[in-house]
Amino acid sequence: MNENKSEKIIINAPFTEGEISNLKAGDYVYITGTIYTARDAAHKRMYEALEKGEKLPITLENNVIYYMGPSPAREGRPIGSAGPTTASRMDKYTPRMLDLGLKGMIGKGKRSEEVRSAIIRKKAVYFAAVGGAGALLSKCIRKSEVIAYDDLGTEAIRKLEVADFPAIVVIDSKGNNLYEMVLEKG
Amino acid sequence: MREIEVKIITDNIKEMCIEANHFLSDDMKQCLENAVKNEKSVLGKKVLNSLEENLKIAGEDMIPICQDTGMAIIFIKVGQEVHFTGGGLEEAINEGVRRGYVDGYLRKSVVKDPLIRENTKDNTPAIIHYEIVEGDKVTITMAPKGFGSENMSRVFMLKPADGIEGVKNAVLTAVKDAGPNACPPMVVGVGIGGDFEKCAILAKKALTRNVNVHSQILYVKDLEIELLNRINQLSIGPGGLGGTNTAFAVNIETYPTHIAGLPVGVNICCHVNRHVTREL
Repeated sequence: MNENKSEKIIINAPFTEGEISNLKAGDYVYITGTIYTARDAAHKRMYEALEKGEKLPITLENNVIYYMGPSPAREGRPIGSAGPTTASRMDKYTPRMLDLGLKGMIGKGKRSEEVRSAIIRKKAVYFAAVGGAGALLSKCIRKSEVIAYDDLGTEAIRKLEVADFPAIVVIDSKGNNLYEMVLEKG
Repeated sequence: MREIEVKIITDNIKEMCIEANHFLSDDMKQCLENAVKNEKSVLGKKVLNSLEENLKIAGEDMIPICQDTGMAIIFIKVGQEVHFTGGGLEEAINEGVRRGYVDGYLRKSVVKDPLIRENTKDNTPAIIHYEIVEGDKVTITMAPKGFGSENMSRVFMLKPADGIEGVKNAVLTAVKDAGPNACPPMVVGVGIGGDFEKCAILAKKALTRNVNVHSQILYVKDLEIELLNRINQLSIGPGGLGGTNTAFAVNIETYPTHIAGLPVGVNICCHVNRHVTREL
């Protein structure tokens, strides 16, 4: 773990493989660039689209999905409260999305063994953002635009422009899992 | 007999929905301040600092503390000398929730049917727990409950022979399983006794109790203290990223039960343990 590392780790989204394969479980990073939101209902719909052989509304290759459904934005602001939701509810759909090139996920909470294996196989990364810090995290979102499934309301797919969005590497591309490491250490 | 227009209930519920989602009670803020001071993990401290900053931004900029502004849980104690006028009480409560969530820029997180899953778009209906008491007052507690932690809650139908050790194991099992999913530091509400649904309601109600106040029953108070210590030794820590603050409090409520049973409800809440109470 690099808890005491003084240099600030900044990564740009979409990701490049070299950049994220060096990240280690426990690294505190700042993400800048373009990411997409999708949670339960959007995942279900994307999965069903794939089953039917249809095209997805977003390109997954090298991209990052943030498991998040915001509260409504007040006038003049890009978004409302915008913290992570529990990632395990997306586990059923995640290996398939990783196989399609998804490189990063931001959420909170445990993942299944199937997801961890797929993360290793595809050299991806699972990050946690601080759960319950939606007001603070909203300040790192510069722009938000619904790009698909508008009828799902808060669960629509949004394209976000983020700057210095803080996240912690929980499962790195080697499969190390911070949540398990801290329990062993304790 | 005291007459109360239900419009007053609506107006109050609306305000309470907005208040609860932007400001925490003083006891919860105090817990967070203490945790920032005593947390041993560097990453854990960083998480707690973020939570303090988050609370500040929420209040100043009127951005909900958490985007999951919850289902609206309402505990309402109605004095039996009160006569409501101008409409139905239940509709008045739901109208308050509707206005609070729509006008207050809160997230609408309720689906009309659990399997068809179409959003009601106004966060109604609320979950309402009525209690009829003596007197002519109405006391309302509004507690928005997020589902990250709600999903990690449990009911254990223990046997009388499981005793207090069984209760401890049940609570610790629920907390360990919840881990990072429930956004620790958690508040753990526990209901012991009653029946299947009573222990769950007690557990939920326990979450609305001041976290710095222990049970009046001596052995229950000891149990609260012991469980909190043991939970904080699990190393789950803030955000589940390791540390010495896994829970802020364990609040336990008890109720008489059947000779054959020992029901235990464990309602887990995240660090955003929101509740507002008003007496009318």
